[in-house]
Amino acid sequence: MLLGPALAVSAILFSLGVAGVLLRRNAIIIFMCVELMLNAANLAFVALAQQLGPDGQVIVFFVMAVAAAEAAVGLAIVLAIYRHKQTLDIQNLNLLRG
Amino acid sequence: MNQIPSAVAWTWLIVALPLAGFVVNGAFSFFAPNAKRAISAVGVGVLVAAFAVAVVVVRAVGAAPPEEPWILTYWSWMPAGSLQLDFALQVDQLSAVMLMVVTGVSAMIHIYSVGYMGEDPGYARYFAYLNLFVFFMLVLVLGANFPVMFVGWEGVGLCSYLLIGFWYEDKVNADAGKKAFIMNRIGDFGFLVAMFLIFQTTGSLDFREVFAAAPAIFEVGGATITLITLALFLGCTGKSAQIPLYTWLPDAMAGPTPVSALIHAATMVTAGVYLVARANVLFAMAPISSAVVAGVGALTALYAATIALKQWDIKKIIAYSTVSQLGYMFLGVGVGAYASGIFHLATHAFFKALMFLAAGSVIQTLHHAYHATGRHEDAQDLRNMGGLQRYLPWTAALMWVGGLANIGVPPLAGFFSKDDILARTFARGHEAPLFYLFWALGAVGALLTAFYMTRLMAYAFHGPNRTGEREREHLHEAPWVMTGPLVVLALGAVAAGAINLPAVLPGHEWLARWLEPVTFMGGLYLVEGQLGAATEWTLLALAAGIAAIGMIGAWQLLKPAVLKPAREAPAETGIQRVLLRKYYVDEIYDTLLVRPLAWLSDRVLWKTIDAFIIDGVAVNGVARVARLVGWVGSRLQTGQVGTYVVIFVLGTIVLLRALLRS
Amino acid sequence: MTAALTGLGYQRWALDAILLLPLLGAVLVLLSPPAAAKRLALYVTLAEFVVSLGLWWTFQPTAAMQFQVVRQWIPEWGIGYRLGVDGISLFLLLLTTLTMPLAVLGSWSYITRHERPYYALLLVLTTGMLGVFVALDLFVFYVFWEIMLIPMYFIIGVWGGPSRLYAAIKFFVYTFLGSLLMLVAILTIYFAVARATGESSFAYDHLWRNIGYVRPWAFWLFAAFALAFAIKVPMFPFHTWLPDAHVEAPTAGSVILAGILLKMGTYGFLRFAVPLFPEIAMDPVVTGVVVGLSLIGIIYGALVSLVQPDFKKLVAYSSVSHLGFVMLGIWALTLQSVQGAIVIMINHGISTGALFFLAGMMYERRHTRDIAEFGGLAKVMPAFAAVLTVVSLSSIGLPGTNGFVGEFLVLIGAFRTHPWAAGVAATGVIFAAWYLLWAIQRLLFQKVDKPENAKLPDLSPRELAVLAPLLACIVWIGIYPAPILRRIEPSARALVTQVREAAGAPPVADVAMQPGAR
Repeated sequence: MLLGPALAVSAILFSLGVAGVLLRRNAIIIFMCVELMLNAANLAFVALAQQLGPDGQVIVFFVMAVAAAEAAVGLAIVLAIYRHKQTLDIQNLNLLRG
Repeated sequence: MNQIPSAVAWTWLIVALPLAGFVVNGAFSFFAPNAKRAISAVGVGVLVAAFAVAVVVVRAVGAAPPEEPWILTYWSWMPAGSLQLDFALQVDQLSAVMLMVVTGVSAMIHIYSVGYMGEDPGYARYFAYLNLFVFFMLVLVLGANFPVMFVGWEGVGLCSYLLIGFWYEDKVNADAGKKAFIMNRIGDFGFLVAMFLIFQTTGSLDFREVFAAAPAIFEVGGATITLITLALFLGCTGKSAQIPLYTWLPDAMAGPTPVSALIHAATMVTAGVYLVARANVLFAMAPISSAVVAGVGALTALYAATIALKQWDIKKIIAYSTVSQLGYMFLGVGVGAYASGIFHLATHAFFKALMFLAAGSVIQTLHHAYHATGRHEDAQDLRNMGGLQRYLPWTAALMWVGGLANIGVPPLAGFFSKDDILARTFARGHEAPLFYLFWALGAVGALLTAFYMTRLMAYAFHGPNRTGEREREHLHEAPWVMTGPLVVLALGAVAAGAINLPAVLPGHEWLARWLEPVTFMGGLYLVEGQLGAATEWTLLALAAGIAAIGMIGAWQLLKPAVLKPAREAPAETGIQRVLLRKYYVDEIYDTLLVRPLAWLSDRVLWKTIDAFIIDGVAVNGVARVARLVGWVGSRLQTGQVGTYVVIFVLGTIVLLRALLRS
Repeated sequence: MTAALTGLGYQRWALDAILLLPLLGAVLVLLSPPAAAKRLALYVTLAEFVVSLGLWWTFQPTAAMQFQVVRQWIPEWGIGYRLGVDGISLFLLLLTTLTMPLAVLGSWSYITRHERPYYALLLVLTTGMLGVFVALDLFVFYVFWEIMLIPMYFIIGVWGGPSRLYAAIKFFVYTFLGSLLMLVAILTIYFAVARATGESSFAYDHLWRNIGYVRPWAFWLFAAFALAFAIKVPMFPFHTWLPDAHVEAPTAGSVILAGILLKMGTYGFLRFAVPLFPEIAMDPVVTGVVVGLSLIGIIYGALVSLVQPDFKKLVAYSSVSHLGFVMLGIWALTLQSVQGAIVIMINHGISTGALFFLAGMMYERRHTRDIAEFGGLAKVMPAFAAVLTVVSLSSIGLPGTNGFVGEFLVLIGAFRTHPWAAGVAATGVIFAAWYLLWAIQRLLFQKVDKPENAKLPDLSPRELAVLAPLLACIVWIGIYPAPILRRIEPSARALVTQVREAAGAPPVADVAMQPGAR
């Protein structure tokens, strides 16, 4: 597996994730984009682990565990918001506005 | 120091008795305001008892005249390092004279008050205040150091305030009381500064130590001693109603008439004269200050007399007369004739108290008359009197005695005392012609005195009656409890001159010799001028002549027959109006000092500096700035997750760049 | 009396008892049934007063710290529970314990809601205030300083007048700003001294002895202390929290604010700012500024009082004037002026406390403090009028009342070092007479022109009980202040001597007679 293309794919995935978080308004999609970024990072870890030893692969498991936890908590929050507001458009979720 | 006689040890009782009277009558005023017999018994009783004790003490002074004052120390008042102030009284010849005057005249006026105030609902309160006043007055004249004297000094001012505003429901009275207190306070500021200077330079405030140390410490005519004495004199101008702080005294006539007699004629207002006489060493060592005292005295004597010429209110005339006579006393003590000043103080106490009390009898009967018929006329206006000798023969006769004594008709008391002062002023003319001017001011003042006093008597007691048809039958003589004290005071006004007959008459200046141990220190520095017997006789004759001219002039010029009652009288014009309005001095003070200060306080200090600049701009300004910063910060908090993320991403990029570069 | 108290070991437990009793009381009040709260608070404060009264007899008139308590608290940082009393703090302590029962009595009918927390807060406040006066450890001092702030904040903010929140927050933030700077200064001194001596301790003695190690920053440290205390005094121009707080606070709050809290500022100057940094305090420029501000305070406070339509505000501004005298007395630094300053601190607590009580009694009757709403009260309420007159005269400084003793000593002492300042300050007596007499004229005299005023009840026995002790003090201190002055003198003398020596200022000869002076 070539390092260069793998990292390139990781970078593209990450940028897509960032763009999604920045541009989309639906909370679930934003949430998915966050997952996308996490997985982009995972890809970079795995790719680099080829050269730098297995530490990177171990980290990937950590990240997956965190992502799972995040998904659980995050989806619960999204559900709670939807129940409360009947919408998932983040434009309307501005309770913290100063 | 010689042994203190056992009788003198009773001095505390003289002071304590009126205080006890105050306490008891004060209690009466709350719990039994209508127990008039008991109130009178206490109020008058303590004064008579105090007078009796005073006689005992003064006899002891006479039996063994002390070289130095007898000091009676009661307790340590303010011990603070080198400042060791005791609450101490002192008895010497000067305080003995004052004791007799104060307790004697006070006792008479208390008796008179029983009649005058008999129907007043505030009877107990009145006697409580009056007793308290006597207490403070005695502390004033007996105090053995400046601060104890100051206790009395301000205490009498307090009582004056309370008694002027006794009928506090009228704004005028309350205003007058307040004005008296504040004017006095301006003077007291001078007294305070003088005390600070004295302590600073001599390290003591006890009369005996200060006066004994003064010759060694001060330089004659030096700046310090001049400043001290001028500051003390500022205190005197406040308390004794001299230029420029005299304006409170005529207003003080708002109080009950016996109060005017006691406080604003016989005792309190003479405190300034007493102070100068007491501190004679200091004043004598400061010739400039002494000249200022004499000058202000002479000027006030004349100035107040001119105002008295045109007043219609009987009490106001007597009040301005008091201011004028106080001027003579200051002229006396200013030229170094301390005994003469005290002499005039004593005689004046009798004849002026007499004048006031007699005027009180007149006012009261007029007041009753108007009250009976329900007409609202001014019971104090001369234009509403006239011919009263037919209705109040005793009062008329006695008031004539007081008036003549005040004018200085020989051989009444006022003649000798006033002439004594003028003669000694004249004698100082040798060394400085300025004193001739002072003498001339005094002499013209005496002429005017004769004129306004005759005017008062003529308008009040002679000619046709202007009180009113129906009122006339209500006019009657005062009861014996009021006339009795008048008789006693009249005796004093006639005979008091005997205590200090001039050397050319066979009197040998008894009072002057009696006061010698007190005044000799001052005499070392301020040598009195000597007059030949011929000059002295001339001056005596001149004084009698002036009195005669003034009286005859008034009698000729004034026509009580054509005077109209106050209600119908035309308004004054020209100089008469200026005199009636007292040269507009009250208005000037009000415009130049009182209003600007009130305006400054309200608009500038409070509303602008305090509320707007300090609190508005500075304090709340800081709060506003804090809020503004918070507001700006809060603008970043849009609540839009998107914005947060953008910022977060940008921040991360910046951080990454910074990390990667290093 | 002394022997009996010593037999009880009074000297050992006095301060502990005085500080703990109100705290225990606060707990009890919170646990008690609401109706019993005020009664219980009264008993506790009375007991407190009785306990503290023992100090009067057992206090030895020397300059030494007495009744000392030293206990470890946080030994790692050298923080100890160190307490003591000397001539400077003795009477402030007694003033506090005297004021508190009266404050409870004065709140009797004024406070009608949330009685339990109110009285509990009053009691906590008591401990805080007393702690400030007796703390000899700068950390402990700071803790007490802040402890007393919080109950006061709630007392104003919960039980106060219409704009109580504004006043409470202003009071809190303003005071807190100053005290934070003071905390920084305390910590700076602590670390500098610890580094230099190797001994970490907040003990006042230790820091005072080694204060030389902070010399490079002495000016800024002094400034921090001075600002904290100047706000509390309050000195012009840091005074604007005071009228708001005084006016909005409930009666007892105003009384405590004026009577005791303001003294913390001047006490702080006397105990900490001046003795710790004598050479800064006595620096001509600093002296000029402080004396100048004191004079401005005296005259300005009096003139602004003159035009206040609100009686409580009038009294509040008059405090600015009175405290100006205290500051002048402290900075003149002569024995008489310092003794006088301490006496004014006591007097002001008594007289102004009484004035605020009287204002509260007026307010309870008419629910207004506007002077123009009254008039002719002397006829309707003679006892009230008599008391108000006497108290006003005391505030004016009439000789024979307590007010005179303090002002006279301050002025005569100040005149020795700052004659012009003393002269200007003395004009304050004129303005004082003006604003108070004018006020009592409008309140008490003239005709009863408002029908609402015609039927006002005179003082009740409870109100008389509040005022009587204050009246007694007014007369007593006026005519026989010697026992008080004698107890203050050694401490004041020690302070003046030490500060003057340390600052290199010429000693003011405390002996009589300087022959040869002109």
